[in-house]
Amino acid sequence: MTVEAERITRRFGDAAALDGVDLAVREGELVALLGPSGSGKTTLLRVIAGLEGTDAGRLRIAGQDMAGVPARERGIGVVFQHYALFRHMKVADNIAFGLDVRPRATRPDRAAIADRVAALLDLVQIPELAQRYPDQLSGGQRQRVALARALAIEPRLLLLDEPFGALDALVRRDVRRWVRGLQERLGITTILVTHDQEEAMEMADRVAVMERGRIVQFDAPAALLEHPATPFVAGFIGDAAQLPCRIAGGVAHFDPLPIAPLPVSLADGPGTAFLRPAELLAEPGGSAVVRLLRPQGGGELHLVVEAAGQVLDARAAPGTRLARGDACHLVPRGGRVFPGAT
Amino acid sequence: MSARFRSAAEDAPWARALLALAAVTIGILILALPLAAVFTEALRRGWGVLRAALAEEDTMAAIRLTLVVAAIAVPINTIGGLAACWAIAKHDFPGRRLLVVLVELPFSVSPVISGLVFVLIFGAQGWLGPWLQARDVQIIFALPGLVLATIFVTFPFVARTVLPLMQEQGREEEEAAATLGASGWQIFRRVTLPNIRWALLSGVLLCNARAMGEFGAVSVVSGHVRGMTNTMPLHVEILYNEYQFAGAFAVAALLALLGLVTLAAKTVLERRGRRA
Amino acid sequence: MRVRAIPGFGLSIGVALTWVSLIVLVPLLALAVKPWELGVAGVIRSLSEDRVLASLALSFGTAALAGLASLPIGLLLAYAIVRLRFLGRRILDGMVDLPFALPTAVAGIALTALFAPNGWLGAPLQAWFGWKVAFTPAGIVVALVFVALPFIVRTVEPVLRDLGRDAEEAAATLGATRPQALARVVLPALAPALVSGFGLGFARAVGEYGSVIFIAGNMPMVSEIAPLLIVIRLEQFDYAGAAAVGLAMLLLAFAVLLGLSLVQRGLRRGRA
Repeated sequence: MTVEAERITRRFGDAAALDGVDLAVREGELVALLGPSGSGKTTLLRVIAGLEGTDAGRLRIAGQDMAGVPARERGIGVVFQHYALFRHMKVADNIAFGLDVRPRATRPDRAAIADRVAALLDLVQIPELAQRYPDQLSGGQRQRVALARALAIEPRLLLLDEPFGALDALVRRDVRRWVRGLQERLGITTILVTHDQEEAMEMADRVAVMERGRIVQFDAPAALLEHPATPFVAGFIGDAAQLPCRIAGGVAHFDPLPIAPLPVSLADGPGTAFLRPAELLAEPGGSAVVRLLRPQGGGELHLVVEAAGQVLDARAAPGTRLARGDACHLVPRGGRVFPGAT
Repeated sequence: MSARFRSAAEDAPWARALLALAAVTIGILILALPLAAVFTEALRRGWGVLRAALAEEDTMAAIRLTLVVAAIAVPINTIGGLAACWAIAKHDFPGRRLLVVLVELPFSVSPVISGLVFVLIFGAQGWLGPWLQARDVQIIFALPGLVLATIFVTFPFVARTVLPLMQEQGREEEEAAATLGASGWQIFRRVTLPNIRWALLSGVLLCNARAMGEFGAVSVVSGHVRGMTNTMPLHVEILYNEYQFAGAFAVAALLALLGLVTLAAKTVLERRGRRA
Repeated sequence: MRVRAIPGFGLSIGVALTWVSLIVLVPLLALAVKPWELGVAGVIRSLSEDRVLASLALSFGTAALAGLASLPIGLLLAYAIVRLRFLGRRILDGMVDLPFALPTAVAGIALTALFAPNGWLGAPLQAWFGWKVAFTPAGIVVALVFVALPFIVRTVEPVLRDLGRDAEEAAATLGATRPQALARVVLPALAPALVSGFGLGFARAVGEYGSVIFIAGNMPMVSEIAPLLIVIRLEQFDYAGAAAVGLAMLLLAFAVLLGLSLVQRGLRRGRA
C-alpha cells in the first residue's frame, strides 16, 4: 500500500507542527520517521492515521484521497506509543475488538473471530496470555498484544508510534528484530516513528529525518550516514562532533585545535565539519591530552581527549600506545564539511 | 537504648496523642453529635411512635413525591452530565473551558436562588406565567417546578465525579478503538463506559442523595401543599414548625439514613475504583 | 481540514449544550434580567433598604466568620487523617463527608436540637458561660461551620498527602525544630489549598438556607439571612425585588471568590 503526502501543513496556534511535508512511501516498505522531540513526526503519523486534521496539503493512500475519510474507515493498523490497550478487556477481547465492532453484514461469526484471535496470538507468540488483563502483562507482552490487535483488522498499512520506547534496553533490541522479521514476512507497508537513530537505521528501508515540521532528508540509512544533506542531519546522525573550520585551497583547517587538515572540495571560506569518533585517530605528541580510556578488546581503544578546551571522542590510531594524561594530536580519516559557519 | 526510632518528620508522642485527641473530640462535637441527635430524637418515644409517624398519610405522600422527583431528575442529569464529560474530555472545541465552568456553576448558586430563577420564568408574574395560566398549565407549586429546581441543584454531581477520571484516562484508548473501526456509540459503550463505571455509579448516588435531600430550592417552588407538593425535607420543616417533633425527627432520621448509606456506598466505590 | 479523531462529538455536544442552556443558562439569564424591571433607581432603592443591607451583611459576615473558624479545625482534621494513626481514624475520615451527605433540613433541626437552651450542648453553654447560641447569629455561624468544614478538609488533605515528608526531613537536617518545620515548610505549602478550601466553604455558606433557618431565629435586622429575605419577597410577589437580592448575592460572592483567586495566585507566585 503506497502513501503519498503532499505539502502537508498542520498548525497548533502559531506553531507549525508540520510545515509542508512531502513523503512517498512505497508498497511493502518500512519507513522510519526520525527526529528530535517536537520535530513533527508523531503529528505526521496521526495525520496519516486520520487522528489529526491538516491545514493544507493532500494525503493519498493507495492512490485514494483521504480528505474526509475518518480514522475508523481508513483500515490502518496503529500501535500507540503506550499501546492504548483497553484496560478492562482481556487480551483476547482486545484483539477481537476490531472485528467485533464491524456492522453485522461484514462481521465474522463468533467462531471465526475466535479462530482469528488464536491465530494472531500464535503469530505474536503469546497464546498463553489470552485470558489475562493488560495490567498483568510486561511491557514486551503488551506491545505484542497491541500489534496483534492492530493486525486483526488486516490493515493495508501499519503505523507504529515509538513502539519500543516503553521497553527496557535489553528487551528492545530483540523485540525490534522480531517486529522487522514479522513485517517482512507479512509484507505490510509500515511507518515507524522514533527518536532513536539506532532503531531507525537498523529497522528501516528508508529513513525520513524530520526537523521542525519538515522532512530534511529521506534516504536509505547508509546514504544518510555517507551523504547527509544538511548540517542538521550530519549532526543528528552518527554522534558526530561539530567543529568550526576554515577552508583554504581545498583543505579544511581546524586550528587552534590539534587536528590535521582534511581535504575537501569546497570553495575557500569558513566551514563547519562533522567528525565521528571512529574518524578521529589519536597519535602521540601534540597539544591534546588523553583524559579517559575505554578499551574495547582486540587492541581497540576508545579515547576521550581534551584539546583547546574542547572534549572530543576519538580512537587510538592502530599500533599506538596511549595512556591517561598522554599528549596527542588527531588525524581525521574522513568527515563531512559544510560551507559557512554555524 | 531501645527507644523506637522517630523520624525527623514525626511529632513527639505527646504531641501526636494531643492532636489525635483534639481531632476526635472535634469530630464528635461537630460531626457525630448532630447525627446522634437526629436518631435520639426520632427514637425518644420508642419504635412504635416512630413507625406510626412514618406511616402517616402525608408522610407517605411526601416519600412518594421525593422518589418521583429523584426518578426524573437523576436520569436527566446523568445523561446530560455524561454527554458533557464525553465532549469535554474526548474532543477539542472552542469554549471547552467555558462549558466546564457552566457545568459547575450551580454548585456556587444558593439553593434559594436556584428555586427563585424558575419562579422568575414560570411563576404567576414570571416571563411565561400569564401564557401558562391561560393554558391552565401549572409548573410552579407543582411537580414540574420541583423537578426543575432539583435538576438545577443536582446538575453538576455526575459530571463533577466523572470528568476528572475521564480526563485522566486520556484519549488513547478511544483513538485506538477508532482506528479499529468502532463507531462513536461503540467506543462510548465498550471502551469509555467500562472505564468510568465506578465513578459514574458514585456520581449517580451523590446526585440522588442530594435530589432527595434538597430543601432550599424546592422550598421556593413548592407552595408547601401537604400531601401534594411536599417532599420529605419540606415535610420535616412543616412538622417541625407545627411542633410535631416526633414526626419531624422520624422523617429526618430516614433522610439521615439515606445520607449515611450514600456515604458508605461512595467510600466502597472509591476503593473499588482505585483497585480497578 | 478539520478531523475528529473520535467520532460521536456532534451528538454529545448537542445533548450537553441543550442541557446546560435549558437548565443553567436561561434561568440565570432570567435572574440577571428580572431586577431591571424596577429600573436602575428602583433596584438601588430595593437593595438599600435597611433590612436588605442587614441581611446581606449578616450572610456574608457569618459565612466569612464560619470559613475562618473552619480553617484551623479543618487543618487539624486533615493533619490527623493524613499523618496520625489512631483508633477511629478511618471513621473520622468518613465522618468528614457527613455534612455533604446529610440533607440540610436534617442538619438544621439537629443542630437546633443540640444548641437549644435545653439541648445537649445548648444547656451547658448557657449554664456555664451564659452563652446563647440557638436563635442568635452565633447559631448561624455554628451551622455554617458544619457546612463549610468538609470543603476545607477535603481541599487540604490531598495536598498534605502529596507533600510527603521529604521537605520536613530536610528542614530537620538543617537544624529546624519541629514547630519551625511545620510553620515554615508545611504551612506555606498548604496555604493555597487553605485559601481555595476557604473559598469553596464560603461560597457554600453564603447561600446556605436549610441548615440555617431553623437555628437562626430569623429576627429581621438581627438574624435574618439574605436567602430568607428572597423567600419573603417572593411570598409577597415582589419577584423583581427578590431577583435583585439574588443577583446582588451572586455578584458579591463572585467578587469575593475572584479576590481569593488573586490571593491564591499571589501565594503561588511567592512560592515559585
